Amino acid sequence: MSRLDASNVLLAREIIARYPRPKSAMIPLLHLSQQQNGHVTNEAMEHIAELIGVTPAEVLGTCSFYEMFKREPVGRYMVNICTNISCQLLGGEELLHHAEETLGIKPGGTTEDGLFTLEDVECIAACTEAPCLQINYRYENRVSLGRFDEIIAEVRGGKRADVPTHGTLARIRQHIDPDRLAGIEPPEVAGVPPWFASRQDEAKEETA
Amino acid sequence: MATNDYVPHAAGYVDNTGPKIVTSRFHHRDSYTLERYEATNGYAALRAVLQMQPTAVHETIKEAVLLGRGGAGFPAGVKWGFMPPVWPRYLVVNGDESEPGTYKDRLLMERDPHQLIEGCIITCFALGLNTCFLYVRGEMAEAQERIAEALNDAYASGYVGKNICGTDVSIDVVLTWGAGAYIVGEETALIESLEGNRGMPRLKPPFFPAAKGLYMKPTIVNNVETLANIPWIILNGPNAYKEFGSEKSPGTRMVAVSGHVNRPGVYEIEQGVVTYRDLFYGDNFCQGMRDGNELKMFIPGGGSSPWFFEEQLDVPIEGSLISAAGSMAGSGAIVVMDETTDAVKACLRVVRFFARESCGKCTPCREGTTWEEKILQRIYNGHGRPSDIDLLLDIGSQISPGEYPVAAWAEKGLTAVPFPPKQTTICPLGPSSVAPITSAIRRFRHEFEAKMTARPADEPELRPAGETWVAVEIADGAGNTSDVEAAEVHS
Ligand SMILES: Cc1cc2nc3c(=O)[nH]c(=O)nc-3n(C[C@H](O)[C@H](O)[C@H](O)COP(=O)(O)O)c2cc1C
Ligand code: SF4
Ligand code: FES
Repeated sequence: MSRLDASNVLLAREIIARYPRPKSAMIPLLHLSQQQNGHVTNEAMEHIAELIGVTPAEVLGTCSFYEMFKREPVGRYMVNICTNISCQLLGGEELLHHAEETLGIKPGGTTEDGLFTLEDVECIAACTEAPCLQINYRYENRVSLGRFDEIIAEVRGGKRADVPTHGTLARIRQHIDPDRLAGIEPPEVAGVPPWFASRQDEAKEETA
Repeated sequence: MATNDYVPHAAGYVDNTGPKIVTSRFHHRDSYTLERYEATNGYAALRAVLQMQPTAVHETIKEAVLLGRGGAGFPAGVKWGFMPPVWPRYLVVNGDESEPGTYKDRLLMERDPHQLIEGCIITCFALGLNTCFLYVRGEMAEAQERIAEALNDAYASGYVGKNICGTDVSIDVVLTWGAGAYIVGEETALIESLEGNRGMPRLKPPFFPAAKGLYMKPTIVNNVETLANIPWIILNGPNAYKEFGSEKSPGTRMVAVSGHVNRPGVYEIEQGVVTYRDLFYGDNFCQGMRDGNELKMFIPGGGSSPWFFEEQLDVPIEGSLISAAGSMAGSGAIVVMDETTDAVKACLRVVRFFARESCGKCTPCREGTTWEEKILQRIYNGHGRPSDIDLLLDIGSQISPGEYPVAAWAEKGLTAVPFPPKQTTICPLGPSSVAPITSAIRRFRHEFEAKMTARPADEPELRPAGETWVAVEIADGAGNTSDVEAAEVHS
């Protein structure tokens, strides 16, 4: 089952309602499908197309632009090692080579047990903490080669409950209580907010 | 409350002495909670603003000369004024931070999400718009969580949503996020991404977001740090803000100093007051170069900025002064490289970033960045050709015609070429790839040359990988082997 399941369809509808146009929900919905299946399947892309009223080709077009979307199965944990300039200066490449040896894979590869996929990534905004990496988008700072081995052992040993499996990003989602919503309308119908119009009138009266 | 120390829960942030405008809560472990925010004057600016006229709020920000912190340094108040009287209009917050070396917006989102949200609501109020999208970089899971939680709390407490603080003002703030693409940080690409498309920039003009942005409606795109300053400015007034920093660039800005210094970190500094020398060598900041080594060069404003050297150490960190000196303040990303650094390798690494991140929409950038990377790679590998240096500069001039901005080199009588560069491309990403090339070649040409294979002039050039080059004996019709010539054999 790689279309969105019933509870995710509900969530998808809630997300879509937060945008003036349904297509704007594209990236969040692709993430939702990746959270459900670990990667983005063709069936999920077709389902998203139905939900937001575009063609499956448009979904594929957007999906294929972004690096985080994996259209083939990947490991349960993405190990993303930064080799950009600040990290390179302090051993990012050595860390990557060490990871290649430890895991026995090259960037883009997945370990045989399906646990880890290794990636050589660009700056992840932790440059002062070089060399650094992310495991499923959770940060590890100032990672020594020894520390790298420890992290891998922790994950293998099931000791990293703080790191969800691949596909899950934020574990807290925005939920807007319908009673608290100001109101999101399509751009074709949305106009000047009444509170702004009344203040503008007031300002005009004052100057008049 | 400066503890003059590194704050472990805010990895990288150094709580040194000096004014704190946007990082004032970072030393609190629970700085991201609504309780802490309310206990430290949080949402007081919003309450004050709700009693004001929107235009007065806009005027306050204009008067404060709040410069954009996303890269270009354009005054926010002036940009806001570019919107035509057309509705709906939108605010889009740029939290896509991915410029090499940049680390500040993530901290602001993770450590003080309410400050950002309050800045958003005040901006929406000033500009009369009721929907704001807060776009966070895809890879920043924790920032997404913190903002989601903060928004849920702020909605529940009446600071966001319908009837804010019991007034008639109603504004929604929607958290949205990307999926890995540096170019989406460019404002028009961000808008494309938010419309559900591939994140490719739009041509400006005509697609200036303030006129034709999200759904072709007027849209303001501002950086996270820019908006995070707003609550403080409202509470303390533009004059208090202008007491910090310089006349042209008031206030503070966050800088991330990474690389070969003793205390790398994220610092909030006064703009135009602190110099690079203060920052690298000062006790209050980075405390000198690692192992007492000599400084070789530094990147002053993110991977896209031309490099600076010893000679530029006394430039105060301020947009217009840095531009005049041949680079840009950019995103406040400062990467320090000592004498052990290989200039060709550093140049290659930054160029490789642009080659990987080019969106492919325009030819000079798509092709040019790839060629630049290939050529630098072969030079680095020792297979460079004597013509390669000129070739690199030539490719650069196809992407960015004319003299590229570069720092002065007094000893050689070379003056600075001021920022910004010209471009043949849709957005500045392509031209950015030229920055490390012109900077490195001007200063360290000998290092490039030293890497070229020293081979006799009559020996054939090395071929790119995948092709082997062998010498073959050519036989004449009479069966004598004569001249040895080179022929290409494809393996
Ligand atoms: C290639 C490229 C990448 C950019 N990345 C970012 C970014 O990650 N964050 C950001 O705030 N601005 C980025 N910018 C600048 C934005 O286009 C825009 O100028 C900025 O968000 C405006 O906000 P400000 O006026 O508050 O600085 C980038 C620009 C370019 C050309
Ligand atoms: S300059 Fe490069 S990144 Fe920018 S639009 Fe052109 S191809 Fe895309
Ligand atoms: S260069 Fe590695 S995190 Fe920025």
